[in-house]
Amino acid sequence: MLRLENLSFSVHNNGESKLIISDINLEFKRGKLYGITGPNGGGKTTLAKVIMGILPHSSGHIYLDDKDISLTNITERANLGLAYAFQHPPRFKGLTIEDLVKIAQPKLSNLSVRKKMRDVGLCPEDYLERDMGSALSGGEMKRIEILQVLARNAKLAIFDEPEAGVDLWTIQRLVDIIVSKYHNNPEAAAVLITHNRNILPMCDEILVIEEGRIKHQGQRDLVWPLIRDDIICQVQDTCGGEEII
Amino acid sequence: MKLEELDQNLLHTVSDFKDIPTGAVNIRKDGKPIYRHSSPNIEIKTGEGGGLVVEIKPGTKNETVHAPVILTQTGIDDKVFNQFIVGENADVTIIAGCGIHNDSHGRSSHEGLHEIIVKEGARLKYVEKHYGEGGGTGEKVLYPTTRIEVMKNAVVEIETVQIEGVDDTVRVTEAHIHEKGSLKVMERLMTSGRQNAVSDIKIFIEGQGGSGQILSRSVGKDNSTQVFKAALVGRNECQGHVECDSIIMGQAVIKAVPELIAEDSEAVLTHEAAIGKIAGEQLIKLMSLGLTEEQAIDTILEGFLK
Repeated sequence: MLRLENLSFSVHNNGESKLIISDINLEFKRGKLYGITGPNGGGKTTLAKVIMGILPHSSGHIYLDDKDISLTNITERANLGLAYAFQHPPRFKGLTIEDLVKIAQPKLSNLSVRKKMRDVGLCPEDYLERDMGSALSGGEMKRIEILQVLARNAKLAIFDEPEAGVDLWTIQRLVDIIVSKYHNNPEAAAVLITHNRNILPMCDEILVIEEGRIKHQGQRDLVWPLIRDDIICQVQDTCGGEEII
Repeated sequence: MKLEELDQNLLHTVSDFKDIPTGAVNIRKDGKPIYRHSSPNIEIKTGEGGGLVVEIKPGTKNETVHAPVILTQTGIDDKVFNQFIVGENADVTIIAGCGIHNDSHGRSSHEGLHEIIVKEGARLKYVEKHYGEGGGTGEKVLYPTTRIEVMKNAVVEIETVQIEGVDDTVRVTEAHIHEKGSLKVMERLMTSGRQNAVSDIKIFIEGQGGSGQILSRSVGKDNSTQVFKAALVGRNECQGHVECDSIIMGQAVIKAVPELIAEDSEAVLTHEAAIGKIAGEQLIKLMSLGLTEEQAIDTILEGFLK
């Protein structure tokens, strides 16, 4: 479905060029859930933004259903069926949650909006008309962000650290929704950028991106054993050796 | 009475009605009253200089006064003094506003002085919309002044809106809030082209337990200029807050001057002011939901001024 061919992205600073994404080749296929992980600064979010057209690729090609979409802009890619749930979604003064969900999917009925809100753990009575300004917590913003991308019914939906800022109970609920919507879906696929050791084993395929390159790529059962210990070590280092979920 | 289509459109924009509503109504067109109707609880009569005196009986509930002004002829320099008296424990809405249609090269202007007294325990929502239209080069000018007394335990909300078409406006608002009275002023403004807008709000919180709040949202486009002055004066144990938030676009110039003056050690006054362009991440977010850049800008501005 979505194929990346020799895709690179570089930044220019003081006359010097630095590769952030280097020569990526991969394909996302319908019905599968992909987990992308790797160290901070490795290029995961950059890759997602290049796919979505938010950052311009430096070289290579992006094909969606064999059509070269490399030169299309964000709006065109969104309307072709790509969606991206931001790691840090922006706030909007004066726009309500209902406004944003209806922008994401104008065809949704009021009843469907309410149902989808409940799915991500937001009570419509409390949240439907809430302003997307500063009064929402980071976790609430994240749930609303995921809700919008789910509502898009995209061919390829990318969720950038869906677990960040979300409470433990809700993470599992959100991941279950994503898995049930995209796993074996003949129309669509999803990509989860995550460091969460509970989410990665739920993906069909796992990619590890490090220093802008794919370090490991393949079926979950092959890749997860290679990286499991590294991820747990990283988590324990970060948390001072304490075991966390 | 049948209104002409032009009148209907102006009235619809500034007062949300096309056909004359029931209840207390006064429509002023081109410097003269063209329709007036009082209700059993709200009397509208002519005051000094041809303006209005609107008296709302104590205890009147859930009634609305419509008092719009429209200008359809060029060269008119309309000046009027209106007085609104809201009786004790009443709960009413006043919808004023001014719409100007000017297709010519001459200037049309409206200068309105509104004096509002909200008596003890009453609640008032006062809405004033300004709008200008027409293909001529003649200026559409508005100089509204509102003076308001918020008496003991009264609660007042003022909403002013000027979204398009007015070339030059200077809006002056002065309020005095008495014991446990409450006033919230919400202003929404958008200027474009070479339009100029000044808003000068002063709220004096005189009484113990009084509260005053000024919230302003504005968008300045093209080569327009805006000046927003908001002063809160706390003269007793009271609370006050000023918040002005502006989006600046093109070559516009926006000046925000919040001012807090505490004349009592128990006064708690705060302010926030921000001017900035539309955040790039907001545009990108909406474009990632399928909107074009232009649609994303319109959506952000519409929400911001909503």
